[in-house]
Amino acid sequence: MSQNPPSVHEPGQPIKAHPVRHPGRWIAAAVVVALATLFVLSAVSNENYGWDVYRQYLFDTRIATAALHTLALTVLSMLIGVILGAVLAIMRMSPNPVLRAVAWVYLWIFRGTPVYVQLVFWGLMGSLYQTLDLGFTEVDLQGLLSNMFLLAVIGLALNEAAYMAEIVRTGIQAVPVGQLEASQALGMSWWLTMRRTVLPQAMKIIIPPTGNEVISMLKTTSLVVAVPYSLELYGRSMDIANALFDPVPMLLVAATWYLAVTSVLMVGQHYLEKYYDRGVTRELTPKQLAALTDAEGSAGGNVTVVDEKGNR
Amino acid sequence: MSQPATTVPMIDAQQVHKSFGQVEVLKGIDLTVHPGEVACLIGPSGSGKSTMLRCVNHLEKITAGRIYVDGELIGYREKNGELYEISAKEAARQRAEIGMVFQQFNLFPHRTALENIIEAPVQVNGESVASATQRARELLASVGLAGKEQNYPSQLSGGQQQRVAIARAVAMRPKLMLFDEPTSALDPELVGDVLRVMKQLADDGMTMLVVTHEMGFAREVADTVAFMDGGVVVEAGPPSQVLDNPQQERTQSFLSSIL
Repeated sequence: MSQNPPSVHEPGQPIKAHPVRHPGRWIAAAVVVALATLFVLSAVSNENYGWDVYRQYLFDTRIATAALHTLALTVLSMLIGVILGAVLAIMRMSPNPVLRAVAWVYLWIFRGTPVYVQLVFWGLMGSLYQTLDLGFTEVDLQGLLSNMFLLAVIGLALNEAAYMAEIVRTGIQAVPVGQLEASQALGMSWWLTMRRTVLPQAMKIIIPPTGNEVISMLKTTSLVVAVPYSLELYGRSMDIANALFDPVPMLLVAATWYLAVTSVLMVGQHYLEKYYDRGVTRELTPKQLAALTDAEGSAGGNVTVVDEKGNR
Repeated sequence: MSQPATTVPMIDAQQVHKSFGQVEVLKGIDLTVHPGEVACLIGPSGSGKSTMLRCVNHLEKITAGRIYVDGELIGYREKNGELYEISAKEAARQRAEIGMVFQQFNLFPHRTALENIIEAPVQVNGESVASATQRARELLASVGLAGKEQNYPSQLSGGQQQRVAIARAVAMRPKLMLFDEPTSALDPELVGDVLRVMKQLADDGMTMLVVTHEMGFAREVADTVAFMDGGVVVEAGPPSQVLDNPQQERTQSFLSSIL
């Protein structure tokens, strides 16, 4: 039995206990901070990093322009990828077996081969097809197939469509069948049901992985040197690096820009997810509470007030 | 109950059969509900009563027989003795005139109570948002939910959600309403509110087909009660007969098992 006197127990008082000590956590944190500090100090003092070159080229107009090209590649490829992906998803769920099979084969090929290989292949299209014979007329494809930016977009977009198709399909299939029945019972057509009931609910499932796809696409654009298209961020940085005979600072410049754009995209993703989360919370906003108070005279004791942004 | 024989029945189901693969769940159902009447389908689970209900608005395709609603054949067109499937558009029009309330409510979770109610009147019937909203507010008040217009379904109790679902169906001004076990998913203390709303609807003259386990409601509100078991109607008639003085042995044993 303990020799210590019992603690004073005053009924109704909140418990004031000594928390369990975690010395291990403090030691681990100290070790990690020390290692990180050492690394940063060594990197800053290491002349081989070429920090002066880094500073000189970080806001170079050529780099900024290249970043815009990267952004254009990302946006265009994602746009086409999402639309084509939605079409493929609907084909995959179609009652028509031919459409289903075609979609399946498309996914099999484009998900089963590396995007780098696909990009090289698109770059070689010009040597595969020179003209398009439509029977009554021949279309010259030389101009089109020597536009490396266009080929890069096509290569990225067609690959992306295969992944987006699965994301869209999962989202649509996650909507409970009762939602379809309720819409049908109200006399809504298939298209109206899709547009008003299914897609808005599927969005909640579709948006987070699509945000990841956008960020992933931004980085995948660095592979289009395979086409070859080299006016985007990575290609341009490496061209300058080759002229300078100094690859490291230019790599850091490119990495900084990728990180900056990715961070902006993450913020956008956060707000998009929040928008499609409406209807999920049980808490009432002031507007709802005011309406309730109007109708009932006072708010119930079990409601929590939050403002429109979700803050208490 | 005693309608003149000349009126067109609101529901006229003739020898309805329905199979899921090898399993036949409806084995020749005859059912007639006249305008303004309330008919209750009762019976053990798996007896086919929910399936029968879902056949009336063609959520399920029947495999044999005919169902007429207000004189119109459901799901098919009859021409020169041949049957043609109706288009999705025509099926949607038929369903727009038949309200349905589900056991699991099936409110749209991404829309507020008000938005749930105006959705179909605006999108399907092309009503103006202003007039649909006006009517939705009245309907919400009539089911005792004034002030809940801006609440999402997740912010409402089960009983409140089901009353919104009823208001949503009524907003389409249906000529017939189908209820699929509307109180079975509710906590016992919430059942009463929903049944009161349904009774009010019946008193206002709505034609209703109700699948239910609430014998009290059936006894008080129904004009006809049909006891189903094993895919057939075992016994049908006024509640005083079917519930209080059942003739069939299966009806008797079912009623004694649930009381």
